[in-house]
Amino acid sequence: MTGNRNIVINGLLKLHILACLVFIFAPIIGSFVFSLNSDRFPSLPLGHFSLQWYRLILEDPFVWAGFFNTVFVGAIVAVIATTLGFGGAYTDFRYNFIGKNAYLALALLPPTIPVVIMGLAMLAFLSRISLSGGTFSVIIAHGVMCSPFAMAIIRLRLSQMDPDLEAASWNLGGNEWATLRHVIMPFTKPAIFAALFITMAVSFDEFAVAWFVSGLHETLPVKILGFLQGQVSPRINAIGSLAFLSSITLIVFAQMLMRNPSTGPVEK
Amino acid sequence: MSKRPSLFSLVLSLPLLIWQLAFFLFPLLFLVAISFWTVRNFQMQPDFNTGNWVRIFTRSAFWDAYLRTFCLAAASAAITSAIAFPASYAISFKLSERARRWLIFVLIIPFFTSYLVRVYSLQVFLSDAGIINALLGKFGIGPFPLLNSTFGTLVGMITLCLPLVILLQLFSLNFVNRDLVEAAHNLRCARFRTVFLVIVPSAKVGLVIAALFAFILSFGDFVSPLYLGGGNPPTLSIMITDITKSGQQWPRAAVVALTMIGTLLTVAFLSIRFAYRERGE
Repeated sequence: MTGNRNIVINGLLKLHILACLVFIFAPIIGSFVFSLNSDRFPSLPLGHFSLQWYRLILEDPFVWAGFFNTVFVGAIVAVIATTLGFGGAYTDFRYNFIGKNAYLALALLPPTIPVVIMGLAMLAFLSRISLSGGTFSVIIAHGVMCSPFAMAIIRLRLSQMDPDLEAASWNLGGNEWATLRHVIMPFTKPAIFAALFITMAVSFDEFAVAWFVSGLHETLPVKILGFLQGQVSPRINAIGSLAFLSSITLIVFAQMLMRNPSTGPVEK
Repeated sequence: MSKRPSLFSLVLSLPLLIWQLAFFLFPLLFLVAISFWTVRNFQMQPDFNTGNWVRIFTRSAFWDAYLRTFCLAAASAAITSAIAFPASYAISFKLSERARRWLIFVLIIPFFTSYLVRVYSLQVFLSDAGIINALLGKFGIGPFPLLNSTFGTLVGMITLCLPLVILLQLFSLNFVNRDLVEAAHNLRCARFRTVFLVIVPSAKVGLVIAALFAFILSFGDFVSPLYLGGGNPPTLSIMITDITKSGQQWPRAAVVALTMIGTLLTVAFLSIRFAYRERGE
């Protein structure tokens, strides 16, 4: 008797998981479907299959300009954030010092500050030192927002490392720099690449702070925000679908690197 | 370790510190400074003037927006947690290791889709002639005005928070000692009582932190209130974007932003204290 009740409850629980997934993914899948649909404002029944929205964005020079800006910013941000994050992760892994908690808080807190506030603070500060309104200002802001992610990913990998490895390297006469280059870097290499891809993906999608500080040098997500403020335009769906595909490609690369790490540092 | 930090340790630790000090902490402190500045002839001038604070705090429109934003964020945190818990409970306790791994991967995907694109897509779902109302119309109900309402705002916020909240709840539930649950069952504790007397208290910290993240995300979100809620009457984040984009009144926007940060810090402090407080026996 209780067995039957359990089956019903378990069934309901699994149905609930499914309902949550439908709720989460309906807008994402919807956007794909709408991007391939002829109607300007899709409803049921759907219009016929069409690539017109993709054609429209591919012919729009502003979309291309935004795209190149996004890729340019994303690539530089990925390198900066990963470099900073690597240093932070290694510092946390290796050293104990007074004020370490403050150091970690400063390093990891940016994602918890609402983006509107970050945007306003960045705009006010950067325009005071005459750096606002350019690609450069977006890079600075995204560097702040992305480095915590890079740091977390690399720190996770470092915690899988046998701490004796470092000591062994020092005993064998390698100084700290050599150890970093021949032991730590090879061991964290998959995480470093994963951090590069993930921070690039985060920068690709960030629109709010970029909108505040970018001025005329808009990235693609800022362009989407502009489309949203204008009239209805299914071009958003087309851009979104392409952006989603490129983000997912980056994530899958990152996943493959994280899941299949070359075990340990290379032996001589 | 030597007493004086080596060059090596400085080269690794300082760049991040300097970057975050210069471009994160300093801009936030600068926000505090400009909240006391004055604007003359469309130019901000350094000053020590509490006028901006007085002006914002004595406006009833500000307090209306404050209350609205706070209630929206609290509602979003509560509803998201309530929807997420049965799901994360089932994922943690009822599914195989393989299925759980897959679900975690699937739940990470939304973080890498543009929130703006999802909100635009939700507009298509929720509008008067949209997908949901067309479906309901087949059953002869509706149409309901779903867009430009509190309902629309909350749907957007929950879409934003749900994957994160499920994942955070899931991680804390995975750490619940399975022996405790087994013991409760052996002592003939009924299923629902086990969930509320054993599992929820053991996973309390994670559950509270998940709700806190939902609150933080919803409190600062300006996209859902604007594009799904209609933007009128405004929330605090809409106020900030409006004030900032429409002119040089940045000092007033700074006052609103600092009030938001103060609120978030208070809520975070109180909920973390609540999370770690020992239960009275």
